[in-house]
Amino acid sequence: MLTKRIIPCLDIKDGRTVKGVNFENIRDAGDPIELGALYAEQGADELVFLDITATNERRKTLSELVTRIAKHVNIPFTVGGGISSVEDVNVLLQSGADKISVNTSAFKRPELVDELAREFGSQCVVLAIDTRFEDGDWYVYLNGGRVKTDIKAYDWAKEAVQRGAGEILLTSMNNDGTKKGFALDITGKLSQNLNVPVIASGGAGNMDHFMDVFENAQADAALAASIFHYKEIEIPALKTYLYQRGVNIRF
Amino acid sequence: MKTVIIKYNAGNIRSVMFALDRIGVEGIVTDDPEAIKSADKVIFPGVGEASTAMSYLKERNLDKLIKDLKQPVLGICLGMQLMCKHSEENNTPCLGIFDVDVKRFTSPVDNLLKIPQIGWNNITGLYSTMFEHVPENSYMYFVHSYYAALGPDTVATTNYVINYSAGLQKDNFYAVQFHPEKSATVGQKILENFLKL
Repeated sequence: MLTKRIIPCLDIKDGRTVKGVNFENIRDAGDPIELGALYAEQGADELVFLDITATNERRKTLSELVTRIAKHVNIPFTVGGGISSVEDVNVLLQSGADKISVNTSAFKRPELVDELAREFGSQCVVLAIDTRFEDGDWYVYLNGGRVKTDIKAYDWAKEAVQRGAGEILLTSMNNDGTKKGFALDITGKLSQNLNVPVIASGGAGNMDHFMDVFENAQADAALAASIFHYKEIEIPALKTYLYQRGVNIRF
Repeated sequence: MKTVIIKYNAGNIRSVMFALDRIGVEGIVTDDPEAIKSADKVIFPGVGEASTAMSYLKERNLDKLIKDLKQPVLGICLGMQLMCKHSEENNTPCLGIFDVDVKRFTSPVDNLLKIPQIGWNNITGLYSTMFEHVPENSYMYFVHSYYAALGPDTVATTNYVINYSAGLQKDNFYAVQFHPEKSATVGQKILENFLKL
């Protein structure tokens, strides 16, 4: 049976991981390759690298980094952050990324999703949505959560899937950083109504939160950053915990 | 030993090259017929669409060349599907090495099936030297919307709503639907087994 996926997310700036202290068993926790390889060894099912570099040099640095990751990491990985064209994606896939994620650029020009799906196939196009619940519904936010839109997350996700997005990475801004659990309602709504996998993100604080999002929101994958980086939850223990409670997990 | 990765208009070729690097083997990426024919091992990878891939191969006469290869050949993902008889993806006649058809996953009436299947699934009924020391029920990374049905050449089975071929083998032709190059150490084992043939 297809398993639920556990996905650590690494924020990258100027080729270095931004978070990631507290790892005595690797030489350099700031090195995305070392950290990524460690997670892969521990049983992470995939990795997401989110580039938050804002300089002009970023594209070249990122593609070089992606090649180094692809050489060393033997599980699939997604690269996101500031991707806005077919050419951007071509460079990253050629460098060895398995998937790319788009967010604000796709919302501003939805045809980008069609173009990417046509050019590279839906399987490598992940649509990332940052969403916040207010005035009775979940709305799309752009630019890393700084800009509100009037469009509902579900409507945008549905449109993007029709245009060819192969996966949805849904981050709840209400939950992100709270460690009080994932946003089950909106994750469940997307997962149960869209025929592509949904990756839940934002709010993981303990192992039961993962259990909840898989069992009660039917998420296909769950993503977290700081709880893994700060070793509040270790991946082997998390996978054992889920497995013992009947969740399909890869060992 | 010369290991060739067939170059054509499909993605994921670099991932295969890097995976070979990790086990200390240099993979030569080429569509040159002579280089392919003279290789000791041939890998036929791919992520992409069946009809455009077949057109590309035909234009370069690589379709006939691949069928006539005598050394061990390993098809991966789309590569495996192209080695089958026919694909439902844009109604494409394929190489016909394996006597089996490729169909699209369909949702059962009462259940929304996510297509493509993306993620780790287990393989069972392992029956090929490429799976030596690979435990039953090992998890492999799959990304696909079309599948090869079960048939006489099936040497590994996976279930996603239905049972289908995760691995095929006939004579010197080996193929897997999943991505050994992305399937952690157990995937690497399969590549090593193939390279040892």
